[in-house]
Amino acid sequence: MFKRLTRNDKYALYGYVFILPFFVIMSIFIIFPILETFYLSFTDWQGATTPPVWVGLKNYKRLFEDISKGGIFLQSIKNTWILWICNVIPQFVGALALAVLLTDKSNKIRGKEFFRAIYYLPNLITMASIAALFSFLLGYPNGAVNDLLLALKILKEPFYFLQNVWATRLSVSTILTWMWFGYTMIIFMAGIKAIPEELFEAARVDGANKWQTFRFVTLPQLRSIMTYQVVTSIIGGLSMYDIPQVLTNGTGAPQNKVTTMVMHIYRQGFTNYNLGYASAVAIGLFVHIFIVVLIALKFINRKEA
Amino acid sequence: MSTVAVKKYKSSSNRIGIGDILLYIFLIGLAVICFLPFYFMIINSTHNNQAIAQGLNLLPGKYAWANYLKMKERVNIWRGFLNSLFVSGVGTALLAYFGTLTAYGFSKYKFVGNKALFWVILCSMMIPPQLGVIGFYDVVQKLNLLNNLWALIIPMIASAQFVYFVKLYLDSTLPDSIVESARIDGATEFGIFNKMVLPIASPSIATMGMFNFINSWNQLLIPQIVLRKEHLHTVPILVANAKGVYRTDFSAAYMAIAISVVPILIAFAIFSKYIIGGVTAGSVKG
Repeated sequence: MFKRLTRNDKYALYGYVFILPFFVIMSIFIIFPILETFYLSFTDWQGATTPPVWVGLKNYKRLFEDISKGGIFLQSIKNTWILWICNVIPQFVGALALAVLLTDKSNKIRGKEFFRAIYYLPNLITMASIAALFSFLLGYPNGAVNDLLLALKILKEPFYFLQNVWATRLSVSTILTWMWFGYTMIIFMAGIKAIPEELFEAARVDGANKWQTFRFVTLPQLRSIMTYQVVTSIIGGLSMYDIPQVLTNGTGAPQNKVTTMVMHIYRQGFTNYNLGYASAVAIGLFVHIFIVVLIALKFINRKEA
Repeated sequence: MSTVAVKKYKSSSNRIGIGDILLYIFLIGLAVICFLPFYFMIINSTHNNQAIAQGLNLLPGKYAWANYLKMKERVNIWRGFLNSLFVSGVGTALLAYFGTLTAYGFSKYKFVGNKALFWVILCSMMIPPQLGVIGFYDVVQKLNLLNNLWALIIPMIASAQFVYFVKLYLDSTLPDSIVESARIDGATEFGIFNKMVLPIASPSIATMGMFNFINSWNQLLIPQIVLRKEHLHTVPILVANAKGVYRTDFSAAYMAIAISVVPILIAFAIFSKYIIGGVTAGSVKG
């Protein structure tokens, strides 16, 4: 290894020069902000004009008080988890089933490319636009969803979706499932296509039925892709913001039951200008995500062994 | 494929069973669900408030232009488009150059710390940008970039995904020997990068550039924090405010949302094959 290093030594300097701009910008705009957030979590800071004042653990005390008394931070953790789980389970199950169907060579589905494209479409559209659109489609008494359900005789009278806690939560989750199942499906399809054909053949020769082939060939082979998807979905899901924020017009209504952790950070920081406390909430969220990802990885790896 | 497999494959190929028909109905139904909200959006943007309040509209109306004029009175959406286009366009162009430069540095130069620094890039891919928002706000303020579109453009260069993907691409398509023979021919290091590496890497730059452009275009939280003045607002901020701005003027609101969505629908209709190919390429390598 060292020989290789010295061989190109006179050019090594250029390597540093080429990666320098990237690392300068990454340090300023990604790494430093996280450290700065950590520092600010020990201060009181009202924003622009006044400098931050060191207050030690005050914000963290408030954070733990909030958790023990069942305040909005605790509520936002619960909400985020509910919204994420109600979205991720149907999303993954649906995506996996569709991926298997669309890669199965024994059925004669035409236009697979078309289906793949249209299922992916919602994922490309600006989340803010989608949430704004659904805030009107779910409107009361004359949103298109109500109109449609009335016309199909599923409802007898209009239903005020966005004033009911679970209707709003399930709306957020359903929108997220709708936005992401196509993406997840494409990833799973790519994973299935990468499985060596011999494995399926062996299963066929052994007389395995479709379910057995899925259970003992497809699923184990998808494990690493699955792990990656679960981890990125946890990270993205726990930092959920756009859809619930815009759908509820920033209120987390009804009764803050749809307020997510990042919405709470935004509201504390940039509506109430408690930037110190908002930083403590952000660090809380950071620790939360870190622990959950570690547990998820451990759980998945143990199952593998 | 073994002969057994081929036989089985052929025997089921000639008839379309009832299972296949049910499957078709299911797949088409799902496709309808994926597009239906956008259909209602487009249809409602062409009706007046009265028609929207009266019930479900399935066919286009005649009020598109009137709605557009009403919408324009309250929100300068084209200004928003210009802002968004400037941020995402310039940011992606800068990323294409500096990101590829970084990827090339990692791919072809054996300097001390190469692996460790690349590992830092991999780790940073796992950090959601929402976590550092307060610190980001503080940094932007210290740099005097609040209410400045450059506060959104410059950070786009630090895209770990871009560097990771383009580096893998260069590893597999650009042999060391080509770089070395260019050196022997007397080319400078920057000359090699500009004249040879950039063109060779261009397929991967296009793929990742496209996703970074889309991602930047769709951002809401960070622009909300940095841009506190209306004339600087990007499209997502303008649309996110639609409910507050239009209240019960549904037709104008639908028009504003439709204008923010339809260009993406058109772009997708043209480039869908390419976009989906990019999603798959990224996932197989990642």
